[in-house]
Amino acid sequence: MADHSHTETLDLRVQFDTAEQQKDCSTLGMWIFLITEVMFFGGMFAAYTIYRQFYPEVFAIASTSLNAKIGAFNTCVLLLSSFTMVMAVRAGQLGKQKAIVGWLILTLIFGGAFLGVKGIEWHEKFVEHHIPGQAEFHLEGLPQSEQGHAQIFFSLYFSMTGLHALHMVVGAGMLIWLLLEARKGTFSAKYYTPIDVGGLYWHFVDIIWIFLFPLLYLIDRHLKV
Amino acid sequence: MQLTAEREHYLNASYGLKSWLLTKDHKRIGLLYLFTITLFFFIGGAFATLIRLELLTPQGDLVSDDVYNRLFTMHAIAMIFFFMIPSIPAVLGNFFLPIMIGARDLAFPRINLLSWYLLVAGGAFALFAMIAGGVDTGWTFYTPYSTTYANGWVIATALGIFIAGFSSILTGLNFIVTVHRMRAPGMTWFRMPLFVWANYATSLIQILGTPVLAVTIVLLFVERVFHLGIFDPARGGDPVLFQHLFWFYSHPAVYIMVLPGMGVISEVISTFSRKPVFGYAFVAFSSVAIAVLGFLVWGHHLFVSTQSAFAGLVFSFLSYFVAIPSAIKVFNWTATLYKGSISFETPMLYAFGFIGLFTIGGLTGLFLAALGIDIHVTDTYFVVAHFHYVMVGGTIMAFLAGMHFWWPKITGRMYPEGWAKLSALIVFVGFNLTFFPQFILGYMGMPRRYHAYPPEFQVLNVLSTAGASVLAIGYLMPMVYFTWSLKYGKVAGANPWGATGLEWKTASPPPVHNFDETPIVTHDAYDYSTVHGEEIQVG
Amino acid sequence: MGNIQLFPVQGSTLAPEVDHLLYFFLAVSAFFTLLIFCAIFFLAIRYRRRAANELPEAGHTGYTLEILWSVIPFGITMVMFTWGASVFFKAARPPADAIPIYVVGKQWMWKLEHMEGRREINELHIPVGKPVRLTMTSEDVIHSFFVPAFRTKQDVVPGRYSTVWFQATKPGKYHLFCAEYCGTRHSGMIGWIYAMEPQDYENWLSGGAAQGSLAENGKKLFQDLACSNCHKEDNTGRCPALPGVFGSTVHLTGGATVKADEAYIRESILNPQAKIVAGYEPVMPTFQGLVTEDQVLQLIEYVRSIGAKPAPGSAPNSPASAEKPATPGAAPAKR
Repeated sequence: MADHSHTETLDLRVQFDTAEQQKDCSTLGMWIFLITEVMFFGGMFAAYTIYRQFYPEVFAIASTSLNAKIGAFNTCVLLLSSFTMVMAVRAGQLGKQKAIVGWLILTLIFGGAFLGVKGIEWHEKFVEHHIPGQAEFHLEGLPQSEQGHAQIFFSLYFSMTGLHALHMVVGAGMLIWLLLEARKGTFSAKYYTPIDVGGLYWHFVDIIWIFLFPLLYLIDRHLKV
Repeated sequence: MQLTAEREHYLNASYGLKSWLLTKDHKRIGLLYLFTITLFFFIGGAFATLIRLELLTPQGDLVSDDVYNRLFTMHAIAMIFFFMIPSIPAVLGNFFLPIMIGARDLAFPRINLLSWYLLVAGGAFALFAMIAGGVDTGWTFYTPYSTTYANGWVIATALGIFIAGFSSILTGLNFIVTVHRMRAPGMTWFRMPLFVWANYATSLIQILGTPVLAVTIVLLFVERVFHLGIFDPARGGDPVLFQHLFWFYSHPAVYIMVLPGMGVISEVISTFSRKPVFGYAFVAFSSVAIAVLGFLVWGHHLFVSTQSAFAGLVFSFLSYFVAIPSAIKVFNWTATLYKGSISFETPMLYAFGFIGLFTIGGLTGLFLAALGIDIHVTDTYFVVAHFHYVMVGGTIMAFLAGMHFWWPKITGRMYPEGWAKLSALIVFVGFNLTFFPQFILGYMGMPRRYHAYPPEFQVLNVLSTAGASVLAIGYLMPMVYFTWSLKYGKVAGANPWGATGLEWKTASPPPVHNFDETPIVTHDAYDYSTVHGEEIQVG
Repeated sequence: MGNIQLFPVQGSTLAPEVDHLLYFFLAVSAFFTLLIFCAIFFLAIRYRRRAANELPEAGHTGYTLEILWSVIPFGITMVMFTWGASVFFKAARPPADAIPIYVVGKQWMWKLEHMEGRREINELHIPVGKPVRLTMTSEDVIHSFFVPAFRTKQDVVPGRYSTVWFQATKPGKYHLFCAEYCGTRHSGMIGWIYAMEPQDYENWLSGGAAQGSLAENGKKLFQDLACSNCHKEDNTGRCPALPGVFGSTVHLTGGATVKADEAYIRESILNPQAKIVAGYEPVMPTFQGLVTEDQVLQLIEYVRSIGAKPAPGSAPNSPASAEKPATPGAAPAKR
C-alpha cells in the first residue's frame, strides 16, 4: 500500500510516490493535452489554408468586412489576461493567497471582456447578413457568383472563432474553480500545480487567437474594394 | 501472505454497484470497458449476421436496400469506434500497463474513469441512433452524401463518435504520462515489455489523430445542420477535402486497432517459447515507426478520388514504408521460436493464428498500395477482405490471445484449456472461410456496400456466409466458458505460464494497489532465468 | 447461373497489364505467406517443449538478420511500387485520339452522351480497338465509374470533371458498377458496357432517333440562352468571341493565363466572375442553376467544335492532357 509518510502536501494521491512526481505528471499531462488541441485546431487551419488557396481574392475581400480595430483591441485584452495569469502563477509560487485571488479575478475579467466583445462582433455579422447558410446572405463588393465562396470564408470564421470562444468559456470555468479553491486556501508555495497547469491552458488559448487574428482579420487590409 | 480465499484483492476489496461505477482502480475500469465493448461486439456481430444472411442470395430479398445500407454502416460504427478502438488498449492496456511497469495505478485515475463514462455516453448516442432508425452513410460519412442527402440519424451518430473520441484521447494521454513518469525503480525504457511499447505507440496516434477526427466531425456537423457550404461543390466547397481530413485520422486509426494486438502477440510468443522476443529493440521501435509512418499515408485511400496523380504517387510510395516495420515484427516473432521451448496453450494458438492472418492481411495491403492494382480493387470486396484480415484476423485474434493469456491474472481462475483450444480452431477455420472468398470476389469486381449483386458472385458469397456462421460459434464459445470458469475454473497461481512480466510477480487476482511493495526491476524484459526453477512448474 | 467463375474476363488493353501486376504480387505474397507458415509450423514442432522446466538459451546479439529482413522486403516493395505506378500512369493518360464520351452520374443512374448525339442510360456502346475517353461529373453525390473487365475505376465528383479511358479488346457485354457508396439504391446504379466491332458501332451510332449532335444541341442552347447576344462571332460583342478559344491559352485580367479546357469553360458558365478575360468587363451573369450538367456539357462541346484546330506546330489540344492540379469547380480531375 502507499505509504502516507509524505505530509508536506495535503493532496498526494495514492498512485504517486512523491509530490514532485505528481506535479510532473500534471504538467506533462497538460502539455500532451495541448498537443491534442494543436491537432484539433490544426484540422481547422488546414481547411482554412486550402480554401484560401482556392479563393484568395474572395477571402481578402471578405476579411476586410471584419472590424480589425475591434479585433486588435480584443487581442490586447487577451494578451493582458495572459499577463495577469502569469502573475497569478507567480503569486502561487510565492504562496501569496490574496494575490492569487486578485490576479485570477483580473484574468477572469479580461477573459469575460474578450468574450463580450466577440459577442458584439458576431451580433454585427447577424445584422449585416454575413451568416453563412442564410438565404439572405450577401457580402457587399462581390458578384452573386462569388457569394458562395464568401460563405465559406464566414463558415470558417464562425467555426474557428466559435471553437476558440468555446475554449475561452472552458477556461473561464477553470478560472472560477481555481478562484474558489484559492479562497479556501488550497494553494501554497508547495502546492500550486493547478494554477500552473491552468495557466498553460490559458496561454494556449491565447496563442490560438494570436494565429486567428491575422489569418481572419488582416489578410489584405490595403486591398481596394 | 497466504493464498486463501479471504486474501483481499481488487475484486473483493469492496462490493456493490457504486464501488464499481465510482471506482478509480484501473483494473476495475478495465473490466468496465470489457463489459461495454463486449456489448458492442455482439451488437456489431448481430448486424454482421444480418448482412451475411442478406448476401446469401443475389436478389437482395431479406431486407430492403435502405435497411441493408443501415446495417453495414452500423456494423462498422459499432465494431470500429465502440469495440475495436477501445478493445485492447482500454481493457488489457488499462488493466496491465500500470502493473507491467510496476505502478500502483495510471497517472490520472479519475480521468481514466471519465474516459470510460465518455465511451458509455458516446455509445449511448450511437445506440440511440441505431434504435431510432439507424444511419446509412457508411462509416466513412463521405460528403456531400452525409451532409445533404442522407436522411438517417447522422448527427446523433457523429456526436456519439465525437464523444467516444475524447475517451480515446484521454486514455492515450493517461498512458503516455504513466509510461513517462510512473515506471518503477529500475524499469528503464528498454526493460519495458513490448506490450507497453505497443500501447505507448498507440497512445501517440490517439492523441495526434483523434483530435483531427473531432474537428472533421465538427465541420460535418455544422455543414449538415446549417448548410454552410464547406463541403458543398455548388458553393465552391470541396467534398474531397472531407476525405482527406477523415482519412488523416482513420488511416492511423487502423494502427490504433492493430498495434496493441501486436504488443499482446509479443508477450504471448515470448512466454510460450520461453525466449526473449528476437530483436527486442527492433520490435519496440517498429511500433513507434508504424505510429509515425501511419500519419503519412492517408492519401492511399484516395487514388481514384480525383486526387492528383502526383499525390497518388507520393502516397503510394510512402505506403510501402509502413510495410517494413510490420514485416520486421512478423519475421522477429517467427525467429523467436527458433531454439525455444514451445508449448501450445490457447494464447499461443491464437498468436500463431494472428501471425498467419496478419501476414495475409498485410501482404494484401501491398496490393492496395500499388496504384495499378488499387484502381481495380479499391471499393470492392478485396478491400473488405483485406481489412477484415487485419482487424478480425489480427486484432480480434490478438484480443482473444490476450484474454486467455491474462484471464488467470484478471480472475484468479484458469479457463478450460480443451474448450479454448477447440474454439481457437473454430475461429481460425471460420474466419478464413468467411473472408478468403472475398478476396476473389473483389478481384472479380464485386463492389462493396452492394445490397444486391449479379448472380455469378453467389457461390463465393454463400461460402462466406457459411464461414460466418462457423465464426459466430467460435466467438460465442469463449463467452460461455469464460463465464463458467469464474466459478468452476481451476484456481490460478500467481504465474501459471512461467512468464516474466511484473504482472506475474503479484498475486492472482492482484491486490488493490497491484503490489504489496513497489517492485524493483533488475533484469531485462523476458529474462526467463529469473523465473526458471522457482516458478516454472509442471502444469 | 451456377457457373463458378474465379477470375474476371479481360476486356481492355489495360486488363492484361493489371493482371500481370497481380500475378507478380500474388507470387511475392504466396512466397512470404508460405515462408512464414512453414517456418512457424516447422519451428513449433522442432522446438516443442519436451520438459516442463526446460530453459532455452536466450542468446541473440547483433542486428544482421533484422537489417537483412528490412532491406530485402524494402527492395521488393520498391519494385512493387514502380511497377504499380507505371501501370497507373498508362491508365491515367488517355491517348489524344480517344473518342470523347460524356457521363453524368446521378442518384441512381448513369447518363451517357456520345458526341454524335446518341444518349444512353445505364448502357454504353463503344467500339472495340479504339480508345474511349469519358469525361464525367455528378449531379448530386460522389459516384464511381467501375468496369471490372476493364480493370479501371474513377470517382465521379460533383463540381468537377474527372476522366477515365479504356480500349476494349474484344466484343462483349461487360458490367458497369457504381463503386462509391451513393445512397439507398447504390447497388442498383449498375449497367452494361457493350463493346462492338467498329462497323457495328458505326451502325448503332447512326441508328436511333436523331437528336442532333452534342455540338448542335449546344449551339441551339447557346442561342436560346442568349449567349450569342454578347459572345458575337465577329468580336464586336461585350464578351469575347468564342471561335478559336477552346484549347488556346487565354490571357486574364491581372496578367495570369489559363488554358481553355473543359473545366475552364464550365467555370466560365457557372461562375463567370472567377476568371475575367483581359480587356473585358465582368458583366456576365452566372448560369448556375439555369443549366443542367448535361447542358453544360453540350455548351462545352459546342465551344470545342468551334475551337482552335490542332494546327501544325502547336501542341495537340486534347483536353485530356490538362495537367493542372484539380480544384473544385475548376480544373478537370486528372488521373
